[in-house]
Amino acid sequence: MSGATPITSKAQAWGRRIAGAAVIAYALVTLVPILWIVQTGFKTPSDAIAYPPKIVAEPSLEGYVNLFTTRSRQAPEYIAALPPADGWVDRLVRSRNMVVAGPSKFGERFVNSLVIGFGSTFLAVFLGTLAAYGFSRFKVPLKDDLLFFILSTRMMPPIAVAIPIFLMYRALGLTDTHLGMILLYTAVNVSLAVWLLKGFIDEIPREYEEAALIDGYSRLAAFRKVVLPQAATGIAATAIFCLIFAWNEYAFAVLLTSGEAQTLPPFIPFIIGEGGQDWPAVAAGTTLFLVPIVVFTVILRKHLLRGITFGAVRR
Amino acid sequence: MAEIRIENVRKEFAGFVAVQGSTLTIADGTFFVMLGPSGCGKTTTLRMIAGLELPTSGRILLDGEDVTMRRAAERDIAFVFQMYALYPHMDVRGNIAFPLRCQGVPRAEIRRRVEETARLLRIGDLLDRPVSGLSGGDRQRVALGRAIVRQPKAFLMDEPLGALDSEFRHLMCGELRDLHDRLGATTVYVTHDQLEAMSMADRIAVMNHGVIEQHGPPQEIYDRPATMYVADFLGSPPMNFLSFRGAVRSGDRRVVIDAAAVPVPELHEDRAEGLLALGVRPEHVRFDDAADLRGAVVGAEYMGTTQIVTVTTAAGALKARIPANRPVRTGETVGLSFRAAGLAVFDAGSGRALRSELYDQVRHG
Repeated sequence: MSGATPITSKAQAWGRRIAGAAVIAYALVTLVPILWIVQTGFKTPSDAIAYPPKIVAEPSLEGYVNLFTTRSRQAPEYIAALPPADGWVDRLVRSRNMVVAGPSKFGERFVNSLVIGFGSTFLAVFLGTLAAYGFSRFKVPLKDDLLFFILSTRMMPPIAVAIPIFLMYRALGLTDTHLGMILLYTAVNVSLAVWLLKGFIDEIPREYEEAALIDGYSRLAAFRKVVLPQAATGIAATAIFCLIFAWNEYAFAVLLTSGEAQTLPPFIPFIIGEGGQDWPAVAAGTTLFLVPIVVFTVILRKHLLRGITFGAVRR
Repeated sequence: MAEIRIENVRKEFAGFVAVQGSTLTIADGTFFVMLGPSGCGKTTTLRMIAGLELPTSGRILLDGEDVTMRRAAERDIAFVFQMYALYPHMDVRGNIAFPLRCQGVPRAEIRRRVEETARLLRIGDLLDRPVSGLSGGDRQRVALGRAIVRQPKAFLMDEPLGALDSEFRHLMCGELRDLHDRLGATTVYVTHDQLEAMSMADRIAVMNHGVIEQHGPPQEIYDRPATMYVADFLGSPPMNFLSFRGAVRSGDRRVVIDAAAVPVPELHEDRAEGLLALGVRPEHVRFDDAADLRGAVVGAEYMGTTQIVTVTTAAGALKARIPANRPVRTGETVGLSFRAAGLAVFDAGSGRALRSELYDQVRHG
């Protein structure tokens, strides 16, 4: 850029400003629903349904309190007769003429989602990496047919096999179990993982492993010490895709889980049912639902950016 | 430190023969170069010695021990790859230490040997740098370091200088040869560059279409090529071939080209009437007005002390390396005489050299 004349650099500066404005405008459009959800989570129920909508509202934690507790409505005399409230949660609930009856199911469901989402992601990426390495490096009989078969499992919408899976799971006792959901999401994700990772592993020159083999390492050690570190980018990208699918999956979760192993997507709509339309609690639940994916993506962001430019690096 | 022997080694890939039944012995401590164009099977041969490919048939022996079916890890051989194959997720120290870590060498010992190796290669100051930022030459040194740090039985190098620019390549040639002389380990070096081969090798094997056409010391291969292919591959410009038809008999000391008698080393072989070729190195050509063989000058390339003059004769075009001070005009007709002791006669059909006085000390490859 040092050789550019002032006129060009001025034009470039304007170009950058326009591009920047466009990016900000686009970000606003896509972020507004998310901001609205986050904000609604911190409104009182009456502010949440106020018309015209309140852009600025008194922040309140009532949504989060309602999300994590079950409450029972009591007469004001009963509440007045209670010993003094301990803590702000009790005071907040009592101000609505209610008392805390116990914790809600949200915490449990959240843990279910974490266990099933990360469990199936780990399994799919683990199996996918090994399979992709095999397909990439060894002579596998019927390799092309097998790869096509693996891909073909994604050619129909998964829900098309809902009834056979439902019947099989009932027979096997896998309905509403963590193991059942992990296996199901792994099965759906592993085909994606194999194909994505095979692309990444194909890009790693064989010479690295050959060098390790000659340096005295076994095939497995060469895979672990040389291939895995270099496939980290692809593994991270694949893991994000797998996690997003498993985390957001709704149809099978509704069909196969009801209590024990229920994940958040089928649970969140039911938050609204207790004591009228509690929009702040729903918004609070949705906000918390977004957090793990955002955190996971931010942690792996560095790898993702490298993943995009993977093929462009001269070796 | 090892002698490498390959016996009738053959390698086929689906429907394609990469190496057809080579046999050769590489003596302990030799700097051995396999030379040939790409696709001639030299790299495949090297990879079979390393254990990265298994031969379809034949045996490979290291110090007399059959290692044909051994895994690469069990052969104690180091390999230097053309594209270096430095592990990008490790720094220089990690790369050089990698082979030692596998052998369970104690930490302090690893540190000592890595530093000693780095000093030998003059990369001591780069040890803690990531390999991605290194120049081509430094990467090459790190790759060499990884090979020599474990003191293997032999070094195998697959066009290790191929990715360097030509000036630097020349420098590295010298360094490699020095390194070999200091370590004394058997080295097998694959290249398609005849200058590299000639300048470094104790012995050269010239390969073509999966066959070793000739092997021996560089001077022997240059002076007494066994086939027209070898003669054509070495030298720049390569050997000239003047084709002629005729019959020769054992004891002949001259051949007749374009009605001109050309003296050659005494032939030891009969050939019935057929197509033959006289092989003439450009430096063995002299312009001689008295000579019977005539040609017309087509052009000249000035090289400093010499010039390369292209002459067309009735038997084909010919390049002559003559002193630069001889004025040459395009179109000029000149007489050509050759230094008889360096001439070879080839059977133009099979490409093999006819036995003659020139080949007296040489076993045909």
